[in-house]
Amino acid sequence: MSWEWSVIWEYLPRLWQGALLTLELVFFSGLIGIILAVPLALMRASHNWVLRALPFAYIFFFRGTPLLVQIFLIYYGAAQFDVIKDSALWPVLKEPYWCAIIAFSLNTAAYSAELIRGAIQAIPKGEIEVSQALGMSKATMIRRIILPRSFGIVFPAYSNELLLMLKGSALASTITLLDLTGMARTIIARTYTPLEMFFAAGMMYLIIAGVMIGCFRLLERRINRYQYYKLDPSQR
Amino acid sequence: MELQGFGHLLLSGTWMTVQLAVSSLLIGLVIGLIGASAKLSDSRILRGIATGYTTIIRGIPELLLVLTLYFGGSQLIMLVAAWFGHDDYIEVGPFAAGVAALSIAFGAYATEVFRMAMLEIPKGQWESAAAMGMGKIQTFFRIILPQLWRLSIPGLGNLFQVLLKDTALVSVVGLNELMRQAAVGAANTKQPFDFYMAAALLYLGLTLIATVITMMLERWSKPELRGSRA
Repeated sequence: MSWEWSVIWEYLPRLWQGALLTLELVFFSGLIGIILAVPLALMRASHNWVLRALPFAYIFFFRGTPLLVQIFLIYYGAAQFDVIKDSALWPVLKEPYWCAIIAFSLNTAAYSAELIRGAIQAIPKGEIEVSQALGMSKATMIRRIILPRSFGIVFPAYSNELLLMLKGSALASTITLLDLTGMARTIIARTYTPLEMFFAAGMMYLIIAGVMIGCFRLLERRINRYQYYKLDPSQR
Repeated sequence: MELQGFGHLLLSGTWMTVQLAVSSLLIGLVIGLIGASAKLSDSRILRGIATGYTTIIRGIPELLLVLTLYFGGSQLIMLVAAWFGHDDYIEVGPFAAGVAALSIAFGAYATEVFRMAMLEIPKGQWESAAAMGMGKIQTFFRIILPQLWRLSIPGLGNLFQVLLKDTALVSVVGLNELMRQAAVGAANTKQPFDFYMAAALLYLGLTLIATVITMMLERWSKPELRGSRA
């Protein structure tokens, strides 16, 4: 029983390939997820109870079941129906890559929608009233006040959600995708060095997470700069 | 939804999922308490170890943890056993690896919940306990711990929901829990959608039960709210 660093070095480029796929999955799912989440959040925050109830079932289902079930439902489940197999959707739904992106996007959209709803409801009431007093229409108010404001409020929580999605993306390896985890498993099947490879993959996840956290900090300082604003000491 | 006589399989899988989640919860709570105490201790080494533990575990995927402990667990344990002069082959089963991985992951997040809760307890309580002649350990078990539960229940409830959903990952290493039994049913009947949907609904039921229990515990932990209308 020995620890072999040489195996890690030998397969590092392949692990890096896997890491790129992981980043790609997180990026595209995050993007689609947020596009879906904003209208859902606006519906959830509306005063109309019909509008509020519609996204509830969707959010409840995706937050209450494991991501693995959701991936399998889309990847394996869709094949059960001949209607889907004969339709134009099938070329997309038979690819594990697209199934992973669909599952991750729907999953993160459900979580993000709740986060954004919380942010919208956290906007001080006075700001809404002021925009109404200024005669803004509802659409203008959403575009100019509610969305920019809630974006600043939700950002710290949303960056956390993106980190959770980075970890969730490891599940892509269960539907044969060669992301960072999938690549590590493939290499292990050949070299039988599980500890070394999983260690290397884990370290790569840590580095990716570290870089992401660093970027979020910088962005947070930029987006919410009013919170970090300090008076010039010479002007006091 | 036609389960073609595989329903009992799903139910036995659900029972295994519950066992897995509760075992991991209990061990994870102990790890969390130890972690939080270490993070708030005066020793720089203990603080460093606890911070390293939470940072690393919260940064790597749970699936990777499950795979590492299942496929590398025997190696790891045999390494430690060899150190004590024991050279037999030791195998780590999927249940043990699953509980280990899930409780380590749960413990890292629970550490933060307990740490925040401990910080919420006024320092004066430690001081008055010391003034009464209690030692640090005695103060922890008699004064701090009973209050810690009430402050941590909301946070721990959320973490348990995450844990419950993460149990599905252990199916990847072949434990016969809900997800795996659904896969068996799907393979035998060629009706994957029905079986995974049934599994999803069972998970939904489990998370719903967990939410209700958390709400009951929260209410029970706040006697001042009892009798009032929420």
